[in-house]
Amino acid sequence: MAAPSPPLLALRGVTKAFPGGVRANDRVDLDVHAGEVHALVGENGAGKSTLVKIVYGFVRPDAGQIHVEGRPAMIASPRDARRLGIGLVFQELVQVAAFTVAENIAMFLPDLPAVLDRRAIARRIEATSAAYGLDVDPAAPVWQLSVGERQRVEIVKLLLGGARILLFDEPTRGLAPHEVDSLLRSFGGLRRDGYAVVFITHRLTEVLAGADRITVMRGGVVAGSVLRAAATEAALVSMMFGTTEWGAPTWPPTPPRRSDRPGGAVTVLDHRPAAPPVLELRGVTARPDGYLTGLDAIDLVVRPHEIVGVAGVAGNGQRELGDVILGLEPCAAGVKYLGGEDATRWPVSRARAGGVVFIPEDALGMAAVGDLTILENVALGDTRKYARHGGLTLDWAAAQADLDRSLGRLDVTVPSPATRIGTLSGGNVQRVILARELAREPRLIVAFYPTRGLDVRSAVAARRLMLAARDAGAGVLLISEDLGELFALADRLVVLFRGRIAGEGRPGVITMAQVGHLMTGTAAAARA
Amino acid sequence: MPDTVALRHPRAEALARLLGLVAFALAVFAAVLLVFGKDPLRAYLDVLAATLGSAYGLSETIVKMIPLVLTALAVAIPGRIWLINVGGEGQLFIGALAATGAALHLAFLPGWLLPVVMAAAGVLGGGLWAAASGVLHARGWVSETISTLLLNYVAVLLVNFAVFGPWRDPEGVNYPQTAELVPAAILPALGTTRVHLGLVFALAALVLWALVMRRTRWGLEVRAIGGNAEAARRAGIPIGRYVVALMFLGGGMAGLAGMAEVSAIQGRLRPSLSPGYGYSGFLIAWMARGHPVGIVAAAFGLAVITAGGDILQMTQALPGSVVNILMAVMLFVVLGREGARR
Repeated sequence: MAAPSPPLLALRGVTKAFPGGVRANDRVDLDVHAGEVHALVGENGAGKSTLVKIVYGFVRPDAGQIHVEGRPAMIASPRDARRLGIGLVFQELVQVAAFTVAENIAMFLPDLPAVLDRRAIARRIEATSAAYGLDVDPAAPVWQLSVGERQRVEIVKLLLGGARILLFDEPTRGLAPHEVDSLLRSFGGLRRDGYAVVFITHRLTEVLAGADRITVMRGGVVAGSVLRAAATEAALVSMMFGTTEWGAPTWPPTPPRRSDRPGGAVTVLDHRPAAPPVLELRGVTARPDGYLTGLDAIDLVVRPHEIVGVAGVAGNGQRELGDVILGLEPCAAGVKYLGGEDATRWPVSRARAGGVVFIPEDALGMAAVGDLTILENVALGDTRKYARHGGLTLDWAAAQADLDRSLGRLDVTVPSPATRIGTLSGGNVQRVILARELAREPRLIVAFYPTRGLDVRSAVAARRLMLAARDAGAGVLLISEDLGELFALADRLVVLFRGRIAGEGRPGVITMAQVGHLMTGTAAAARA
Repeated sequence: MPDTVALRHPRAEALARLLGLVAFALAVFAAVLLVFGKDPLRAYLDVLAATLGSAYGLSETIVKMIPLVLTALAVAIPGRIWLINVGGEGQLFIGALAATGAALHLAFLPGWLLPVVMAAAGVLGGGLWAAASGVLHARGWVSETISTLLLNYVAVLLVNFAVFGPWRDPEGVNYPQTAELVPAAILPALGTTRVHLGLVFALAALVLWALVMRRTRWGLEVRAIGGNAEAARRAGIPIGRYVVALMFLGGGMAGLAGMAEVSAIQGRLRPSLSPGYGYSGFLIAWMARGHPVGIVAAAFGLAVITAGGDILQMTQALPGSVVNILMAVMLFVVLGREGARR
């Protein structure tokens, strides 16, 4: 890699400040060579996404130069970037769902003739796909594909479009473990053929498995750049957070064991019948309209002082389950109890007033209003509570106090409460929403992939908070794909597969392998 | 996040762009005038002199501005949560109808009370007319854009029915209009001008709306729905209820405009109640993007143009409706601007 030729992509002194004075990138230098898989890691808000968007011409830097193949490059728009052979795979894939793979790719090709030769395009797609083990079917309609498959379509699209520098913004987010493995294998093929790959991630295991060089960003600056051979997990973590700030004792992030909580290792049987379950679903069925799957006769109980983990590959009814519990989606059949009361027909507001809180996967899409300030978003969590004079005014001081208290418990900080939340990084938005929801003294927490996309520290804090809420008497329904997280946190696990509960058990009694089989519907595990 | 290349003064820039668009529309209309063999510069100067050049002209411009501010609010209020109310005209007619009904049947009320009752009837009439579209939308049955548009025709026909039928003035020599309203039903005016109390209604409504949006719990919830309906829904905000409520409020403002026209300007109900105030209100709300100060400014501008139609008829021997060309061009460029931002 220490080739005599100039790096394929070189950044020098790239600086970008956003309105409000947040320095997303501060004099960033970065070299990416041909035949190199380069991982970009760092805490949420460290400036990784901004950096790749600058390279792709999506964000204009305030200062600094970009060189491609040793020549200075003016990248004012994504079109410039593509002409220079730079391609970006976005976190949210931009594709036309109704089109086939071939049509989606054809739209993007620079040399597209006026009359399409479908067969030629399909052949090119198949050839490229085969060369890198991407397994893309040109005839498949995009709406039928999984996230992982759609991502591979993006890669083929960039390669056919002549890209030589491939940027990925958190490509492994939302992928199943085997999909991550195959993505990293594809990176290997690209490396072999002299492409440069830059990918952003939070997961250090992926970095160590797939990258040749690792650049760590912290607070908008490059904290360090190391070769894979010289990197260790501990070294990377200390670079990401600064050793003084994030001492050794908290790493690796081992959450308190179940037995650490007051009362010791209890089983369900120990619960006095006096406390009704915070959530009980009996035979709950939801129609699949508008969703991928419906729910089919779900029986589920969450008791106080209990974390129930819901394992499953995304798209097997998780979203529907959360929506039914919250009251966004009606039960077509069955009964739902919240805190012992029949809540089958409760609207969302009533469920929330009853102590149900919702922690979403995509905070800016599902829980926060980007145009409102942080504080306004906090007040939005419970407008009735903060209303004064019958709603004529709002008690901003109370909202501020709740936010501060909650942030203190989370051990995180966020920018000034008067900042528009849409200008924050994804991780910071998630922190605000976590703080807001946990300030509401929840009785039932429905957590939807709550740590997905969070950096290590925020994820640890979020997990601790869920444990603390459980110890304070709340019930938690933790919907996650991360089996490590589920096994570490959950008192009981259920596995969702195609809208049904395919199996359940206690971590330790049921094994990860069994859960994995249940998740994928592999019959062998039915005995668990 | 797509970078919006740091603007020094985003608001000033937006204003400059808007003025540029208006200038463009005026230039296009000037070309139209040239085609008719008129001197556009002369025509514009005539219009300005007649509307702004004298105290009388100015007062008449303000008279036209009153219903325009209200019908702009009728669009801007539901527009806050992306509802498109194109039914301001119909809601104005229903408001006028309801207010006239109150004036005809409750003529015995004292002079301080009758206008209040009429205003309430106007708000209620226009409000319910629009709320019906709100219910259709909230249930997921019919788009509010379609239903409000179609209900315009129904509203005008209802007014026609009233003035040709049951409410026709027996002494009106076959004119389709009601009898003159009792003096108690007339809104007081300022001095010798026709500027009436409706101006206070309109400005008060505007200020109140801005305050509710900024300060109150309901304002926060409305802004949340407007900003991210999904998040609002998940926070337990009853979106359907807000859809109906904001449609009601919006329609109520148009209804109030109708009441004011009947009570202060016409003195009776006529089918020729409005020269398209409801439609102009749509244009104003979009030009101002719902901003209160912008609404006043744009309403004033459109009042000048509306009055300009009459001036051109007198001084240039053009049909008064020729200004509709100007309004149409303006709507076109304003909507074009919105489209370009998407």
